[in-house]
Amino acid sequence: MDIPYTVEARPDTGVFNAKLGVWLFLASEVMLFGALFSSYVLLRTGAAPGTWHHGREFLSVPLATLNTLILIASSVTMVMSWASLKLNNFKQYRVYMGLTILAGLGFMVVKAFEYGHKFEIGLFPKSNTFLAIYFTLTGLHGLHVLGGMIVNGYFWGPGAKLWRTQPERFTNRIEVAGLYWHFVDLVWIFLFPTLYLL
Amino acid sequence: MPFFVWAQFVTSFLLLLAFPPLEAAGVLQLMDKLAGTSFFLPSGLVVSGQQLAVAGGGSPLLWQHLFWFLAHPEVYVLILPAFGIVAEVIANNTRKPLWGYRLMVYAVTFLGFMSFIVWAHHMFMTGMGTVMSTFFQTTTMIISIPSVVILTALVISLWGASIRFTVPMLFALAFLPMFAIGGLTGLPLGLAPADIHLHDTLYVIGHFHYVVAPGTIFAMFAGIYYWFPKITGRKMSSLLGHIHFWPSFLFINGIFFPMLIQGMAGVQRRLYDGGASYSHAQGVLHWNVFMSISAWLLGLSQIAFIINLFWSIWKGKKVDSNPWGATTLEWAAAPSPPVAHGNFVEVPTVVRGPYDYSLPGAAQDFTPQHQEA
Amino acid sequence: MSASDVEAIRKQTRTYIGVFIALAIGTVLTVAVSYFHLPVALAILIALSIASFKGSLVAAFFMHLSHERKVIYWLLLLTVVFFLALMFIPSLTQWNQRYVR
Repeated sequence: MDIPYTVEARPDTGVFNAKLGVWLFLASEVMLFGALFSSYVLLRTGAAPGTWHHGREFLSVPLATLNTLILIASSVTMVMSWASLKLNNFKQYRVYMGLTILAGLGFMVVKAFEYGHKFEIGLFPKSNTFLAIYFTLTGLHGLHVLGGMIVNGYFWGPGAKLWRTQPERFTNRIEVAGLYWHFVDLVWIFLFPTLYLL
Repeated sequence: MPFFVWAQFVTSFLLLLAFPPLEAAGVLQLMDKLAGTSFFLPSGLVVSGQQLAVAGGGSPLLWQHLFWFLAHPEVYVLILPAFGIVAEVIANNTRKPLWGYRLMVYAVTFLGFMSFIVWAHHMFMTGMGTVMSTFFQTTTMIISIPSVVILTALVISLWGASIRFTVPMLFALAFLPMFAIGGLTGLPLGLAPADIHLHDTLYVIGHFHYVVAPGTIFAMFAGIYYWFPKITGRKMSSLLGHIHFWPSFLFINGIFFPMLIQGMAGVQRRLYDGGASYSHAQGVLHWNVFMSISAWLLGLSQIAFIINLFWSIWKGKKVDSNPWGATTLEWAAAPSPPVAHGNFVEVPTVVRGPYDYSLPGAAQDFTPQHQEA
Repeated sequence: MSASDVEAIRKQTRTYIGVFIALAIGTVLTVAVSYFHLPVALAILIALSIASFKGSLVAAFFMHLSHERKVIYWLLLLTVVFFLALMFIPSLTQWNQRYVR
């Protein structure tokens, strides 16, 4: 039995099924990160005066700025990898997808360095409420980056087989993976000022 | 689409968007347990005479907001499919279209939307101030309207109908007054001033059990009796169905109605002695024995159902694909049980509405959704 | 793949680079403004406004939302409404709480 609407759009929704599916998933992710942001707001506004620690005390703004630029760049390479497939250029797709994965890796390396440094100087999630929400938010975000890297890795490697037999379906898969990856970037765009700068 | 499908559709949106905040709360709790954070523990907490060795700065209210943000839509997740099942069974056993089908669809969609902005009516006693209490009280009152619309439409659907008192129909009919009691007892809980007296009492337990037990669970029984022939190609025994239904209906009221009485007298929830050490409870505590006896008898009444279910799987009366004479797709286009690899021998095309019962001039008193003429 | 399709994609590529530059500038701007140590409310407003602008660029151009179908728009609108409720209402319930020393 053929899976319907992997390439052609479904008449009532106007999009192919996987695209609707990933947007539904992203809607649930908005609620997840939204709940954590809401927790941050509640904890910070409810904190006794003088007891809230600000990000500047512990966090490195230059490193996080670098990470922001890395992630934004990875979003560009991700959409370029999709555009390459639309232009029928598989080799170029591989290059851009590879760059996206590497950028993700770079992000995680910087993160590991940030976390490692904090643990070294005795700053842990249990040290204070700010660090608790910082580690939770960035940790969950980091797990999402990792997940995205695994999916992208699959599509760079064994998953790319589909290009030979069903190129349009494969292109749609990359578009969907791209939507997830851009969302992860979007979350970071809000995480960065909230935790590091405000 | 049949109303059941609409109800499930709205339910799926509730599930999609409401669960993540609880997931977030779960992550925060995991951090509290494993990483020693104190998201929910405030500063200065003293446990067993010792200051708790945590960073503090947390808030139990944070947990409550995140929990109830899910848990309120969750109760609609529990009731919406039940509404759907009852609607299908009623339409089928009245042999006429549902009254106000369109209105019901608008109502259930509006209900789904509103369910996201009423959650703090579970938190009236947490000190949020009159402005926010009023906000949540208002949204809660508004959300009672679509439920009433749906229930009313179902009741009006019975008017002028050729009612067949099949076992699924018994449960579906019982659902109507039971859910009405459950819903009505929710109203004083949703009004902040009345909630001051009723919060955390047995009245709350009576309320939510009325909506879920004689509500959702009866609807589920209706669904099991109704769709059993679809799953197995056999009908469950009607005699055992009656033996299951009547005592269950009686005893379930025996358990939960006295809770409303005890709650109004002020008996609190989760008291280890059930209220025995409180003077205000003395006048109503005798109901406990009555409720316990009802509970045991309710349990015994389920034996008929269990026997019926398993016996009928192998020895139930074999029936054709559409024993109830239903119009919806699940009955019409496939054998029961369905063939392997796909639900239909031939994928049907819907050419009419879901409830074309008793069409004037038709050969039978039902016309399936995919049937042309 | 027709010539016009190829041209369309090439134009999109130029847009992507443009968006990247805008995002990079936005990032640097956000960091720069934070060094002025503005009063909290103003700082939050500015930082989140810039972040929202950056976010909308990512959504509109990288996620192709600028020319997406209505069904996706409706889903997102619904989500945003609930997101805003979740963000603001809990804090509103303790708006006038004060700490007693």
